[in-house]
Amino acid sequence: MLEYRIEIALWALSGVLPFIMFSLWSQNDVGNSFGLNDIGLARYFLSAFLVRQFSVVWVVFSFEEDSLSGRLSPYLLQPLHPLFRYVASHLAEQATRLPFAIAIAITFFILNPSSFWLPSLPQLFLAYLSTHFAFTIAFLLQSLVAALCFWTEKSSALERLIFVPYLFLSGLLVPLSAFPSNVLKVAMLTPFPYLINFPAKILSAMPVNIFNGFLAQFLWILILVPSVNILWKLGLKRYTAMGA
Amino acid sequence: MQRYFKTIRLFWSTALASQLEYQLNFLIEFLAMLGTLCGSIFILSLFFTEGRELGDWTWESALVIQGVYTFLDGLTNALLRPNLTEIVNYVREGTLDYVLLKPIDSQFWLSVNKFSFAGLPEIILGISIVFWAAIQSGSTFSLYSLFVFIISLLIGFVILYSVWFLIAASSIWFVKTWNATEVLRALLAAGRYPISAYPVVLRFIFTLVLPVAFLTTFPAEAILGELKFNILFYGLMLSSLFFVFSRYFWMFALKHYTSASS
Repeated sequence: MLEYRIEIALWALSGVLPFIMFSLWSQNDVGNSFGLNDIGLARYFLSAFLVRQFSVVWVVFSFEEDSLSGRLSPYLLQPLHPLFRYVASHLAEQATRLPFAIAIAITFFILNPSSFWLPSLPQLFLAYLSTHFAFTIAFLLQSLVAALCFWTEKSSALERLIFVPYLFLSGLLVPLSAFPSNVLKVAMLTPFPYLINFPAKILSAMPVNIFNGFLAQFLWILILVPSVNILWKLGLKRYTAMGA
Repeated sequence: MQRYFKTIRLFWSTALASQLEYQLNFLIEFLAMLGTLCGSIFILSLFFTEGRELGDWTWESALVIQGVYTFLDGLTNALLRPNLTEIVNYVREGTLDYVLLKPIDSQFWLSVNKFSFAGLPEIILGISIVFWAAIQSGSTFSLYSLFVFIISLLIGFVILYSVWFLIAASSIWFVKTWNATEVLRALLAAGRYPISAYPVVLRFIFTLVLPVAFLTTFPAEAILGELKFNILFYGLMLSSLFFVFSRYFWMFALKHYTSASS
């Protein structure tokens, strides 16, 4: 991982979308209409950026490549579920991304000194925990799509169908409190708000129902783990060892 | 010149034939495109609550910008992404050698060799939104404004192509450029909103450094009949500069190409 430092720096940069959105929301004074002043907005979007850095998932792309090139076959022979191999590579890259994320956070504070804050230790711990759960949910969701690799050669195209609702409902572009109440109700029924909005709110010390949030994250994991397991087992029966 | 048109026709008819085998892909792309469009129009609408405007743009005129963005995004999905993200694979696997040996310009071959037809609905929808929203915001088209609109779209596309090609060409050195294209995509997404809605520093960056303003805001102003003539002139200069630079950069990159695995 450390050999590809430019790669990882670029990837950290590719998360600039929350900052672009922050500049728009604050420049046009929209924050007040959903109960956030400029400082609140700044903190929320920096938190959203950080949460995304440590919960982003690309398992479906690695898996599709391995599956098409036949590299998956030896993995399947090993006595460890192949998905754990991808979990490990994700966690390793998250660790290498930490210094870049900190550098970007410091730059952000230099540009917006008034928004500086340090979350308290319990807040930091809860945010860390919920970001990890968010990563777990995102990973399971993509594994569900990745398991479809057993049926179709182009399952990464299907990933777009998860990415689009993720982009708009997760809170990466706007805090969910800005949504009209009926849209918000529908959004809360999906797993997406718990991927960015919930951990980012904890980290930026905004008022949030911590118990409900964790409960929802827990429930989604509870639903997704057996689903991935079943789909994987069904798919494995169809595995044809392409390219091997 | 004729040879080039004939080559494009051959490339794209083969592309159509091979893509018709994956019909489900069309459906997925279409659904993803509709979802993205609905989502971004929804986010845009959040700026206009309580009778606000977005950087002096009304709701209808901001929709014109969304239309231009959708159109260019469609072109990116149909032409730029399938072609230019492949360059890195040619470099890594050493198959760029075969491309360079072909009796046709290598930049041309690499830029048009594929065409993803799943991007077509987005292109058509984008243009439809532009005209619908322009009519809604009370624009009266004239031959002149249509002409300026087409020219400014061309300017936007040439700049977009050149930036994409520059990043793709840098794969001669870096071998992995996937993340660089992701940075570009994230920055270009700024084009969904009028340039005047951004803080001054970003306005400066998005006009001169990474000219996002020329991609969406200025074409939208053109169809609304508000584009200043000197901006059009400046855009022509800038896009030619970008294109010539991408050309020189490619020549320069090829000098450093050492071929892999051969």
